[in-house]
Amino acid sequence: MTAKDFRPRVLVTKIGLDGHDRGSRIVAAACRDAGMEVVYTPPWQSIPAVVKLALEEDVDVIGISSLATDHLIVPKLMAALHEAGLNRVRVVVGGIVPDNEQAQLIESGVRQIFHPGTTLDDITTQISTYATEARLAAAETGV
Amino acid sequence: MNKSLSPSIEQDAVELTPQLAWEQEYRESMGEERPVENVSGIPIKPLYGPQDWQRYGDHNPLSYPGQADYTRGIYATMHRGRTWTQRQLIGLGTPADYNARLRSLMDDGATAVSLIPCNSVFRGYDMDTVDAELLGTCGVVANNVDHMERSLEGVDVGKISCAMNDPSPFTLLAFLLIAAERRGTDWRTITGTSNQSDYISHFVANHMFYRLSLPGARRVLLDHIAYCKQFVPRWNPMSVVGQHMQQAGATPAEAMAFTLSTAIQNAEDCIARGMQPDDFLPRFTFFFDISLNFFEEIAKFRAGRRIWSRITKDRLGAKDPRSRRFKFHGQTSGVDLTRQQPLNNISRVTVQAMAGIFGGLQSLHTDAYDEALACPSEFGARIAVATQNILREESHLTDVIDPLGGSFYVEALTDQMEEKILSIMKIVDDAGGMYKAVESGLVQRMLGASAQRFQNRVDSGEQIVVGVNAYKVDEDASAHTIVERPDPAAMQAHMDGFTAWKRERSAVEVDKALDHLTRTAEDPSGNLFGAIVDGARANLTHGEICERLRRDLGFGQPLTIV
Repeated sequence: MTAKDFRPRVLVTKIGLDGHDRGSRIVAAACRDAGMEVVYTPPWQSIPAVVKLALEEDVDVIGISSLATDHLIVPKLMAALHEAGLNRVRVVVGGIVPDNEQAQLIESGVRQIFHPGTTLDDITTQISTYATEARLAAAETGV
Repeated sequence: MNKSLSPSIEQDAVELTPQLAWEQEYRESMGEERPVENVSGIPIKPLYGPQDWQRYGDHNPLSYPGQADYTRGIYATMHRGRTWTQRQLIGLGTPADYNARLRSLMDDGATAVSLIPCNSVFRGYDMDTVDAELLGTCGVVANNVDHMERSLEGVDVGKISCAMNDPSPFTLLAFLLIAAERRGTDWRTITGTSNQSDYISHFVANHMFYRLSLPGARRVLLDHIAYCKQFVPRWNPMSVVGQHMQQAGATPAEAMAFTLSTAIQNAEDCIARGMQPDDFLPRFTFFFDISLNFFEEIAKFRAGRRIWSRITKDRLGAKDPRSRRFKFHGQTSGVDLTRQQPLNNISRVTVQAMAGIFGGLQSLHTDAYDEALACPSEFGARIAVATQNILREESHLTDVIDPLGGSFYVEALTDQMEEKILSIMKIVDDAGGMYKAVESGLVQRMLGASAQRFQNRVDSGEQIVVGVNAYKVDEDASAHTIVERPDPAAMQAHMDGFTAWKRERSAVEVDKALDHLTRTAEDPSGNLFGAIVDGARANLTHGEICERLRRDLGFGQPLTIV
């Protein structure tokens, strides 16, 4: 695989109970504009549904958008991904995550938290980097 | 004077009018200038004069407050007679938590109840069917009449106006009515609003409250309006919402246009059902976002009032002046708030609130400064209330009605916003009305494009956001983050109480009430909201009512367009 023919595959979604999706739609469109393959879902996805989709679509990165405390169940998602053998998939969270609740996300394996005010450029660049990482990890482990 | 010295300059100086002289000096001093546009895409000139006001429309001279076309306000006395209702959103934890916060905010100056239910309630579920971590983090966990009673303990619902954030199927109002019944409060004394009862706005912009299929939600809303008219006559069952759409990216002109088109859709649905315009229109209220573009927001409200006044009379056939009044609640825009240097948000909220006040609102919610960090803390909420108190009591903003009326700029901009709003409403009309326009995704696409445009302007630095793309400083945001989460033990006790209560109620009564819901859903002439109130009386839970109606009326799937 060369850098040239590599197209990151990213799943942009919302878990939990919140329906505000302005941010996730904008990020999904920006990823697509940046040349990525984007799988986008409406809000209210269950954790098993996200795991299933990540498997079926063979994504490199999962972007979780959270504006109303849905980040609190991200550790559950990380555990479910682990259980499904999807350790190579990189997970990022964007939206409103209070400072004192960041550590538990990072500890559960989340790569990065994008706070409000991050430019779309920064977000897509980072996601690309994580996607490359994920793809290399897959090549190493054969998963 | 020696005419041989630069005769041309001498001659120009004699012939130039003050206006041309200013224009010339302005051009010379400014040099190259980037054109200025407001968010709605209207070009903004550097100076306005009488010629700008008279160029558009035929609304000069101005009408008087309380008289059609209501540009200057819907009441003769406006804020000088009675200031806006101070309505802070609160919702937190268990009903006991909510009650404590409500009463403390009322001590601080809030004058009405506003109840925000937990996201699990918004989604149509009871607390025992969702992730426990999420319970009560953004609203109160109220699933039955007992929970409503506890939430409103010590609050006389026959005297204090209650806004329930309560989209179809309106279980919260049903719980409130039965709670009132138990206390012996006459339903005819109950005032308030089914806040955000507009299913269209939820469908378009904010899947948050979207519980039923589009046709199902339409049916329940119409039944709700008819039922309230008959049994709770002082209640406002229809709250048409522009706020969600503007928060989701619509420009101020788009948000106003889509809201007015939604109001037309709902009114025409009511008329098709056999209701008289003057029976329901006086109970229509509107709910808008107030963003930071100060004059644009003021012009948006003045233009909206004027358009609604005309539509109600000419298109909907209203005769009663009360039907033509554009009553609205405003909420300062959360999207404008920044995580960076969050105390700056207090200034932003102040400017937004002033735009709403000069725009002539009837009710105001000011956001807490910490909303871009977490759900508002009690500290943040108290500052938001104090901001309103200061604007109302200290700054004399309410001394004069429509104080910006007659400003060349504000009047010209009001006319231009009116034109812009009407042109967007025409697009919706051409698509067959608002219901069809959202069913097909037309409105969602326009909104998404505007959201993208705004983000690009911020990313490119064309739109300055202090602390985000300009004037950055290193600051530890955690110093301002006060996260309040419900006490897990109290939430567990709330859950245990709910489980025990469910076990103890009469299963026969529950089954009967559920059957009654289904039979009413199957009968187009039956009133579903009446069946929901009966269900609340028979101890159905919120989740049970939603689940049954989903089954009978169709499940709502968000329509997503990226």
